Amino acid sequence: MKGKRAKYLIAGVIILGALAGLVYSGVKESMVYFYTPSELTEKAEAVRGKALRVGGMVEEGSVRWDAQQLLLTFALTDGRSTVPVRHRGTAPDLFKEGAGAVVEGTWAPEGYLRSSTIMAKHSEEYKAPKNPETLETKKSLFKSLLKEEKPKP
Amino acid sequence: MISTLGHFVLFLGLGVSLYATAAAVYGARAGREDWLASSRNAVLALFCLITVAMFLLEYALITSDFSLRYVANNSTRGSLTRYKIAGLWGSLEGSLLLWAWLQALFSALVVAHHGDRHRSVLPYAQAVLLGITAFFLLVMTFAVNPFATLVPAPLDGRGLNPLLEVTDMLVHPLLLYLGYVGFSVPFAFAMAALITGRLSEEWLKITRRWTVVAWLFLTGGIFYGGWWSYRTLGWGGYWAWDPVENASFMPWLIATAFIHSVMIQERKRMLKVWNLLLITLTFSLVIFGTFLTRSGILASVHAFSDGPVGALFLGFLALVLLFSLSLIAYRADRLKSHGEMDSMVSRESTFLLNNVLLVGICFTVFLGTVFPLLTEAIRGAKISVGTPYFNRVSVPLGLALLLLMGIGPLIAWERASLNNLRRNFLAPAIVAVAGAALLFALGVRQAEALLVFLCGFFVIGTIAFEFIMATRTRVRTTGESLLAAFAVLLLKSRRRYGGLIVHLGVVIAIIGIAVSSAYKVEREATLKLNERMEIGPYAIELKDLKAGEQPTHVLVSATLTVFKDGKPLTELRPGQRFYPNQQTPFASVDARYRWDEDLYTILSSFERDGSSATIKAMINPMIAWIWIGGCVIVLGVIVAVLPERRLAMLALRAKAQVA
Repeated sequence: MKGKRAKYLIAGVIILGALAGLVYSGVKESMVYFYTPSELTEKAEAVRGKALRVGGMVEEGSVRWDAQQLLLTFALTDGRSTVPVRHRGTAPDLFKEGAGAVVEGTWAPEGYLRSSTIMAKHSEEYKAPKNPETLETKKSLFKSLLKEEKPKP
Repeated sequence: MISTLGHFVLFLGLGVSLYATAAAVYGARAGREDWLASSRNAVLALFCLITVAMFLLEYALITSDFSLRYVANNSTRGSLTRYKIAGLWGSLEGSLLLWAWLQALFSALVVAHHGDRHRSVLPYAQAVLLGITAFFLLVMTFAVNPFATLVPAPLDGRGLNPLLEVTDMLVHPLLLYLGYVGFSVPFAFAMAALITGRLSEEWLKITRRWTVVAWLFLTGGIFYGGWWSYRTLGWGGYWAWDPVENASFMPWLIATAFIHSVMIQERKRMLKVWNLLLITLTFSLVIFGTFLTRSGILASVHAFSDGPVGALFLGFLALVLLFSLSLIAYRADRLKSHGEMDSMVSRESTFLLNNVLLVGICFTVFLGTVFPLLTEAIRGAKISVGTPYFNRVSVPLGLALLLLMGIGPLIAWERASLNNLRRNFLAPAIVAVAGAALLFALGVRQAEALLVFLCGFFVIGTIAFEFIMATRTRVRTTGESLLAAFAVLLLKSRRRYGGLIVHLGVVIAIIGIAVSSAYKVEREATLKLNERMEIGPYAIELKDLKAGEQPTHVLVSATLTVFKDGKPLTELRPGQRFYPNQQTPFASVDARYRWDEDLYTILSSFERDGSSATIKAMINPMIAWIWIGGCVIVLGVIVAVLPERRLAMLALRAKAQVA
C-alpha cells in the first residue's frame, strides 16, 4: 500500500518535472521583450541581435513600398523617439500610417529594426468619420483599373 | 421607446432571476413544494423575458434604429438582413444579451427535461444556473446597457467589421457560446451535489449527456473558427495562439480531461475531488476567457474594447472559485475514494496520465497567454512568448496524448496482463512501425511528421482491430451478417464506439496539422502582366488585374492562371476588398482546395495602373484533413449521444429487414 503510493508519487514528480523543464526551455527559447521606440533607442546597443517586439504608431508619411524588392520600410514612433523598420514582404490588412502596429524582429547593427512579423492593431471604438465616404469615392481611387472592365464582345 | 422597454425588461429579468434563485433554495431547504413549483415557473418566465429583450434588440437592428448606440455601432442600412441579425453578437453588449438568453434557455431546458426527477439536487442546480443568469443581467442593467441611446441618432450606422460580414459569422460564435453556456449545466449539478452532500455518481449520470453536447459545440466552434480563419483571413493559417483562441482552447482541454476522468469515477468510484475540480476549472476558464477577451487587458486582434466589464468578470470569477472551492473543502470528508489504483499498467493509470497531460497543456497555454501580464507585474518589463513557445511545448505533450489515445480505450482495467497487452497492441504496433517505415522509405524525413504518423497509425490500428475483433465475435456467436453485426455493435455500446470514432477524427486532424505545418511551401513575388512565378509543381501567371463594383465594396482582383507540369490547371482570383469608411483593404483569398493539398493565393499589393501585382502563394499539403477530422469528431459524438430508445427501435427494424 505504502509502496504503491510512493510509486505514483515518484511518477507524478517525474511528469511534473518534465513539464516544468519543457515550459522553462520553451519560455527561454521564445521569450520576446517588448519595447516602446524610446526604450529601444536607449537600449539599442544592449539588445542587438535579440528577438524583440516594438509597439508604436506608424509614422505619417514614412511608409515606402518597393514592389520589385518586396521591401517595406516605415518608421514606428511613440511621439518621443522614432525607429526605422525594414520588412521583407507585404504588410497585414490593418496596417496603415497613423495606426498602431507591433513589429517583431531584431535590431540590426546598421541601425534599423529588421522585422519578421508585423501585427497591426485596430480600434473597436466607434468614431464618426470626418468625411464620410461612399462607394463612389472608393471607386474613384481605382479609376484606372475600372476602365479595363470593358464588356467583352 | 425600445430603449426604455428593453432596459425595463432586463431589470424585470434581474428581479425574476433573483426571486427564482431564492425560491429554489428556500423551497428545497424547507421542503416546500409550492415554492419549488413557483421557482420552476419563474425559470420559464425568465426565459420568456430575456427572449423579449433579445427580440427587441434584434428588431432595432433589423429596422436600423440608430437611436440605439449598439445598433449604430454594429449595423448599417446597406447590410443584408442576416448580417443585421448577426450584429447581436458583433460586440460586447449584444453578446452579453445573447449569453444571458442562452443561459436562461439552458436553465429552462434543464427544468423541463429533468422536471420532477432528481428532486433533491435539481433545485440547487437550478439556483446556480439562475445565479449565473442573474450575473449577466446585472452586468447589462448596471454596467453595459445594450439598450443605451445615442443622441442625436446618426443617419447611418458603422456596421460590422467587414471581416465579420460572412456567413461564418452566423455559425462560429453561436457554436462557441453554446459550448460555453453548456458547461454551466454540469457545473451547476456538481455544485448541487456538494451543497446537498449527495456526492455519489448521481450528478455525473444526470449531466453526462449535457457535458458531451457542450463539448461537441465547443469542439465544433473551435474547428469552425480555424476553417473560417483559413478561408477568409489572408494569412493562410488557421490558428495563431491568439489570446482569444487560447481562451476557447483552455476550457476545451479541461473539459476533455473531465469527460475521460468521469469514466474512472463511474467505474471505480475514485477521483471524486478531481472531477469536481475539473468541472469547476472548466467553468472558471470559460469566465476567465470572457474576462480576457472583454477586458482589453491583452492586445488581441479580436478582443473587444475595455470598460468596467473586465473588473466585473474578474470579480465573478473570484466568486465562482471561492464558492466552489470552499464547498469542496467543506465536503472533503465525504469525498474519500472508494477504490484505489492497482497497477500502473492499467486503464485507470492511462486515463490519469491523459488527465495530467491535458491539464499540463492547459497550464502551459495559460502561462503563455498571461505571460506578458505576469512579467510586467513582477519585473516591470513586458515580455511575451509567441507561437514558437506554444508549438514547442504543446507538440511533445500532444504526441504523448496521441499515443495514449491508442492505449487507453483497450488496455485492461485494474491490471493489464502481458497477454492482454500482446493481444491488443502487438498487431497495431507492427502496423504502425511498418507504416512509418514505408513513409520513411518514400522520403518523409521530417521527425515530427514521422512521429505523428507512427502514433497515428498505432491509434488507427487499435481502433480498427477493436472493430474487427468485436464484429467477428458477434458474427460467430449470433450468425448475423457482417454489416448487421457491425451496426448492432455500434448501437449497443454507442458510448464506447462513438468515443473511438471521435479518437479517429482527432488522429486525422492531428495528421493534417502535422503535415500541413511541416511541408508548407510559401512564396511571394511581384509579377508584371503575363509574368510567371514557380511554386512546387505549379506555375502561376498573372493574366489580368481589374477593379469591379460590388454591392458593399470595391473589389480589386487579379486573375491568375495556374499551370501544373506545364499544363493549364485552373484559374484563381485573389483580391482586395475596399469598403467605404475603412482605410485599409481586406483580403479576398482564392484557393484550389483539394483533399491532398491546397494551392492558396493572396493578392498582397498591386499597382493602380494595373501593370503589376504582388502575389503570395502557398502550398498547404493535407490541410483538408483537419476539417475532415473535425467532421469525423462531430459524427462520433453524435453516435455517442443519440437517444437510446430511438436507436434500439432503428436497430430492431434493421434486424427485421435483414431477417
